[in-house]
Parts: sequence; structure tokens; C-alpha cells
Amino acid sequence: MDMPAPNPAIMGLKDRLVARLLAVLPTDAVIHDEAETRAYECDALTAYKCPPLAAVLPATTEDVSEVLRICHEMGVPVVPRGSGTSLAGGALPTADSVILGVARMTDVLETDYVNRVIRVQTGRTNLSVTGAVEEDGFFYAPDPSSQLACAIAGNIAMNSGGAHCLKYGVTTNNLLGVTMVTMDGTVVEIGGAHMDAGGLDLLGLVCGSEGQLGVVTEATLRILPKPEGARPVLMGYDSNEVAGQVVSDIIKAGVLPVAIEFMDRPCIRATEAFAKAGYPDCEALLIVEVEGSDAEIDEQLGLITQIARKHNPVELRESTSAEESARIWLGRKSAFGAMGQINDYMCLDGTIPVSQLPYVLRRIGEMSKDYGLDVGNVFHAGDGNMHPLILFDANKPGDLERCEAFGADILRLCVEVGGCLTGEHGVGIEKRDLMVDQFAPHDLDIQMAVKDVFDPKWLLNPAKVFPLAASAARRAA
Amino acid sequence: MKMMTPNTEADLAQIIASAQGPLHLFGGGTRPIGAPAAGEALSLSALSGIVAYEPGALTMVARAGTPVAEIEAALAAEGQRLAFEPMDHRGLLGTAGTPTIGGVVAANVSGPRRVAVGACRDFLLGVRFVDGTGRVLKNGGRVMKNVTGYDLVKLLAGSYGTLGVLSELSLKVLPAPETVTTLTLHGVDASGALEAMTRAITSPFEVSGAAYLPGDAPRALLRIEGFAGSVGYRVERLKTLLADLGEITQTDTPEQSAAIWQAVRDVDTLADCPTVWRVSMTPGAMVKGLLPALGDDPGPYQLDWAGGLCWLGGDAGAADMHARLQALVADRAVNGGGGGHATLVKGDAALRAAVPVFQPEPAPVAALTRGLREKFDPKGILNPGLMG
Repeated sequence: MDMPAPNPAIMGLKDRLVARLLAVLPTDAVIHDEAETRAYECDALTAYKCPPLAAVLPATTEDVSEVLRICHEMGVPVVPRGSGTSLAGGALPTADSVILGVARMTDVLETDYVNRVIRVQTGRTNLSVTGAVEEDGFFYAPDPSSQLACAIAGNIAMNSGGAHCLKYGVTTNNLLGVTMVTMDGTVVEIGGAHMDAGGLDLLGLVCGSEGQLGVVTEATLRILPKPEGARPVLMGYDSNEVAGQVVSDIIKAGVLPVAIEFMDRPCIRATEAFAKAGYPDCEALLIVEVEGSDAEIDEQLGLITQIARKHNPVELRESTSAEESARIWLGRKSAFGAMGQINDYMCLDGTIPVSQLPYVLRRIGEMSKDYGLDVGNVFHAGDGNMHPLILFDANKPGDLERCEAFGADILRLCVEVGGCLTGEHGVGIEKRDLMVDQFAPHDLDIQMAVKDVFDPKWLLNPAKVFPLAASAARRAA
Repeated sequence: MKMMTPNTEADLAQIIASAQGPLHLFGGGTRPIGAPAAGEALSLSALSGIVAYEPGALTMVARAGTPVAEIEAALAAEGQRLAFEPMDHRGLLGTAGTPTIGGVVAANVSGPRRVAVGACRDFLLGVRFVDGTGRVLKNGGRVMKNVTGYDLVKLLAGSYGTLGVLSELSLKVLPAPETVTTLTLHGVDASGALEAMTRAITSPFEVSGAAYLPGDAPRALLRIEGFAGSVGYRVERLKTLLADLGEITQTDTPEQSAAIWQAVRDVDTLADCPTVWRVSMTPGAMVKGLLPALGDDPGPYQLDWAGGLCWLGGDAGAADMHARLQALVADRAVNGGGGGHATLVKGDAALRAAVPVFQPEPAPVAALTRGLREKFDPKGILNPGLMG
């Protein structure tokens, strides 16, 4: 994947830029030493690296405004960064850009149980938002698997999801307001602690805009009362078709589980070897979790297992204790680590209509043979969000490129069957050049026109989301 | 009235591309909200029909002019529904006609269940629309999780046709519950109702509606939906939780419950008021800030969304009241820093033409709004001025 060549004129401004940044920020908040800027050379898409011109770590909205105003005046691109856990290269810098990291902005600003909201600085990690309210019986619902590390800023940028969004929705459904700074340093308050927009829904537009419209410094998030309990059931089937049918039948029966997770055979075998969770050796495995009181859980699981039995499972394991529940989740939660034990992997996240599941899995299997690369599938089946993990060897010349080509083919397949390129990770640089497979030129143009409004000079995270060729004229202007 | 009624998306695009002046858009014409819009009438009612419905995937695709009733009937046949419970404005606004799904989306119309499951915009997965230059555009899709590119889907929801003319929508739907019941807490004032609604909605016992009707027989209403066993359990827990707040009764049948919530949804209590506002603030600010600030008698009103939504009735031509209300909502001393907005939903044309129907925005937000309109509708022909 290409990045635009750095602008030497901007790189020549480094000393003056650093001096101006140091005039508004503490010394330790401006990182410009070449060795130290390396800490910001990549995010979790580690195949691509480039140290930035400098990195800044502001502490307040006012700091962020000052930094952006300076960079705007000097024409220096800015790449916002949460915790750097993006799998799509969303926080990848260029050599002529400044990384604006929100890692020092971690305060809880307000907790309000009557109105069921929490207001935080956006450098705060996802899990520590829940941590701030769980003693009082509340939680923040979106739960991306990187939740221990990932920041709310990044969650908003990518509109992150998680395993439980079938019931609770993704970030955009749980975000009520933001304080955002646009590239020229203007501080904008959008939304609040109340519900729904008064005018145009700018909040919905900002969420998922990959740090291209503004830097979100504070967020008001909806918090929910914790359910009384939750319990999973595990079921194994000897075909993906049947497992797909079970998912569909459960949903049609009127049960709304909080999670329906799916693993295919390559993934089951890898996790078994790694985590020894006692999963059956079968073609497809489902973990379905429901919430409520014990009696409510029994009622729902009764219906679910009744449906499961009709389809002749090779295994059906109901949990009767917290330990059993943990064992059922153990393999699923270790899946990425297990695949990582075998080799390097690339994790995709295309989404498909649930009905297309068996066909897509069969096609992925065929492509896997063609490319000579193994792939395991683990995903959120309730909402069709796939996570194919393609294994490759980063030290083997050509393997990364082959893996990327395979990945691109899988994502094109997702689009072809009526789905999309990315369900929760974002486009970043990873899927940028595939956007033309999902969108017609006009569809991309209207999105870029939105960026024109918020960031007319295209200085904020400019080389992301849109194919470089499509955005070239705007970036050059 | 002469009305253009395109039969296809291509015809719609052609009409807009060749339009010389403003267009006034209609779905079913049941929600004349906003400043009175001038322009040639353009009806979307012929762009009708369900395009795809996949019950096992909880998704439906329909053309914008499809009657809401047709969609609800198709969903009911599979035991599913539009969970955001769109309001029918005909009773309140005294309109006739057939509400369409495009109209619901254009006005981001949600009902009492919004507080529990989200608004119309949260269930909108994808849109096809024609912008002000006549380009047919798409955004989102028909899958539940999608972060591919900017989310113009939410931007279009609630834009009242001012950014683009919706031609096709993709929606997330949900299973309808096995049963429903309603608890009524009698004799409470607004503060007591806030206490009850807050306790209920911050409990794990999932209420899907929390409203307050003041007046001669003031009462707080709580709706509980789901499988019968679960509903029974939660009802008992909620009764215990609220026992100290007053007398509680329970509906006998799901039909009684449905009638109660349809009346709340459609704001039946204010149907006779010539002027009606819709205010969104935090529940705490609504009850502790706004209602007291309106004086001893705030006039006829009802609360929904656990107190986060207030419908307020007023006299004809109440321009002063309108200005006062929008000022109060914007006042941090009243809104507690949580923000909010007041919209004039019902009023005579003279009033709607004279005042900002929608809550005026702070300058930086207004600048972004203006900029977006110029991009989506550079000729300024789509319901111009409707949102101010």
C-alpha cells in the first residue's frame, strides 16, 4: 500500500514548527527527537511504518486547539492518534505530518447516573470507562476486543463495535455528544447529554469519520445498568450451512442474544491446540450468550437449545457455572492469539448478509487453496461481521503481498454478496483502495465534499479512507 | 395542487437535475413540520414497495414512498417490527394521508421505545438518495455493521429532505415481543415521576417505555416487554422497587398496553392544542430545570423517554413563548450543561414563518451545517428554508 511522498517544503519547517509547538505546550509534550518519534511510526497494522515529523501530547481541548491552529497556519498535516490499536492503519503517519496523540487526556469529567451518561476525555481507554461506573452497577456497552488498550477517541473515529453489539449497538448508538476541534482550531460542541440532534445529525457524521473531520477531545457516552447475569451455550455442527441456519432460526424465533459468535474448523483446531478449551473437532462452532436473571436466562436458553437440537448438533454444551461459562468463552477469546502462535496473520472485518454465510465461507476456502495461504474464520454471526484471519510469514518475501491480495479478494466477495468492506475496524489505509469496489465515483465524491467542509485544506489525516488517486486533487490544492 | 410524482428513481433524478426553482417534497404529507416551504410540489409516494426482507438477518429494504402500514404489516407477519416505534403525526397535526417510511426517516421520527433501543437513525442501515444536482447516491448498505466511509446515513436521517431526496432505505428490524404489560404509578407529580422512571430505567429489569402524564389523574407509565416468564419476573421486581412511591396498577391485556403506548407515542393528550413544541433535554434538566422555569403552570404537557422528551402545548400564535422556550433550553443554568433543543412541531403557518422552528445552533455548528447544505444542494432547491 502506498502513502503519498512527503512534502520536502513541509519537512523543512520542522525547527520552526517545533519552536511554535513548544511555545504552547510543555516540553515533554512535544516529541521531535528522531529516535523518540519512532514510538509513533505505526499502529497495530505493523506492516507499515513511518516516523512522523513530530508528535504532540496535549492535555486539554485548548491545547489541541492551539496545536491545530499552528499546524493549520503552517500547512502541516496532522494525524490524530488514540492508543494506536487500529488494525487498518488509521493512525499511520507520513514523514511530513504531526501525530496528535490524546494519551494524556484520560480524565472522567462527569458521571451522572440520573441521566445515565458519563463525560470523559477521549484518551481514556474503553475498558476504563466501564471501570469508572461498574461499582455503581453500570457499564459502557461497546466492547471491541482491544478494549483494555483502545481509546474512546479511536472508538469514535472508527465507530468501533464488539462482540455484544447485536443487542447494544456500536459506538454511534452509544455516543450522545462530543467536543471536537476542527483543523483551524475552532472548538465545536456537537450534541450533549440529551437524545437526538436538534438540526442536522453532525454527531452521526463525525462518528466513524476516521479522524478526518476533527479531533474529538471529550465525549458524552451513554451508560447502561448491568444485567443481572449472562450465560453462554456452545454448539457444534458438521457443516457451515447448518450452523448458519441455526443462527437465522434463533433470530427468527424472537430471541435476541447479546452475542452469537461463530468459529470454523481451522480456527477451532488452532485454538484447541493453543488454549485447550475442550471444543469439539467439528466444522462450525457457535457460542450464543443471553442475559437476564437466572430464570430469564433459562427461558431464553431453553428456546435456543430447542432450535439447536432440531439441527442435530455434534455437541451442545450448556453452562451451569461461572467456570463452565469461562471455558466456553476461553477458546473464542484466545482465537487471535492462537492464530498468532501459528504464524503472522492479517485480520479482515468485512460484513455480509447472514444468509450468504455458507457461500462466503465456501468461497474463502477455495481461495485459500488458490493462494496457498491458510485462513481461519471467527466472527460475530448475529450481525454478519466476519473476521477472516489469513496466515502468512512476514519474513518470506512476497508472502505479505500475497496475503494482501487474498484479503482484497475476500473483501470484494463481501461487497459482491451485498455486504461491505469493513464492519468495525475502519478503512484507514488498509481498505482505502478497495473503496471503488463498494462505491461509485459520485458516492465517494460526496463523502470527500463533506471533508471539504470540515477541513478545506485537507490537512487532517489526509491519506486515509479515500483512494489516493480519488483524493489527489483535493490533497494537492 | 399540481404535484410531480416520479415513478422511478431515474425520473426523480431527472426532475431534480432539470429543476429551475425550489422543490417542496412530500412523502405522505402527514408531517408538515418546519418553516412553510415554497416550491413546486414533488411527491415520493409512487416510489413505493418493499424491495427485500430477510427476517433471519433482521433487515428490510424499502422504497421511500412505501406506506409505514405496509412495512409494519409485512414485519408483523414474521413476528418482527420497527423497534423505534415511529409516531403517527396525523392526530396531533390534524393531517390526513398515508405516512411513508421516507417521511419517518426524513424527520427521524421515533416513539417511546427510543429511550431503550435507539432512534430511527439508529435503525437506518443504508440510503439511496438524489442530491440537489440530480446525482443518485448511496451510502451505508443492508448489513448491521458497516463503517466503510463516512456515515451519511445518519446525516440524511432527520435532514427533512434538505440534503437529498431519499429514494430507498435499508432498515434494521427486531423481533416483536411475546407479550407486553404496563405498570401505572398513580398520583405522582413530575418529580415523583422522574424518581420512578429513573429507578426503573437504571434497574436491570429492562423497561421499554417510561412516560408521565400530568393533569387530573397524574400517572407515570412503565412498559415491560418480552417472553411471558421474563415479563412476569420483571414486573414483580419493579413493583417492589417502586412500592414506596405510590399506588401501582398493572394492565390486564397486551391490547390495553398497546392502546396506552399508542396514545403516548402520538401525543393524544395535546391533539387539541394549536401550538405544540417538542423538547429534548436530559431527564434531570427537564424536570428540575425547564418545568420549574416555566412557572407554576407550565401548560399542558407530557413526558416521555424517562423524562428526556417533553411535549408542550401552547396557545395560537405563541411567538413569545417560543422564543422563551428556546432560550431556556439553551441556558446552561436550565439544561445543566447537557444541552438540548426545542422544536415547534405544530403551529399555524404565520408562526412557523416568523420564528426559527428548529433550535438555533451555536455559530461553529451553524457554519458546518451551512457548508454541508452548499455541498449537497448547491442550487438551494430542496425544501429551502424548511430547517431555517
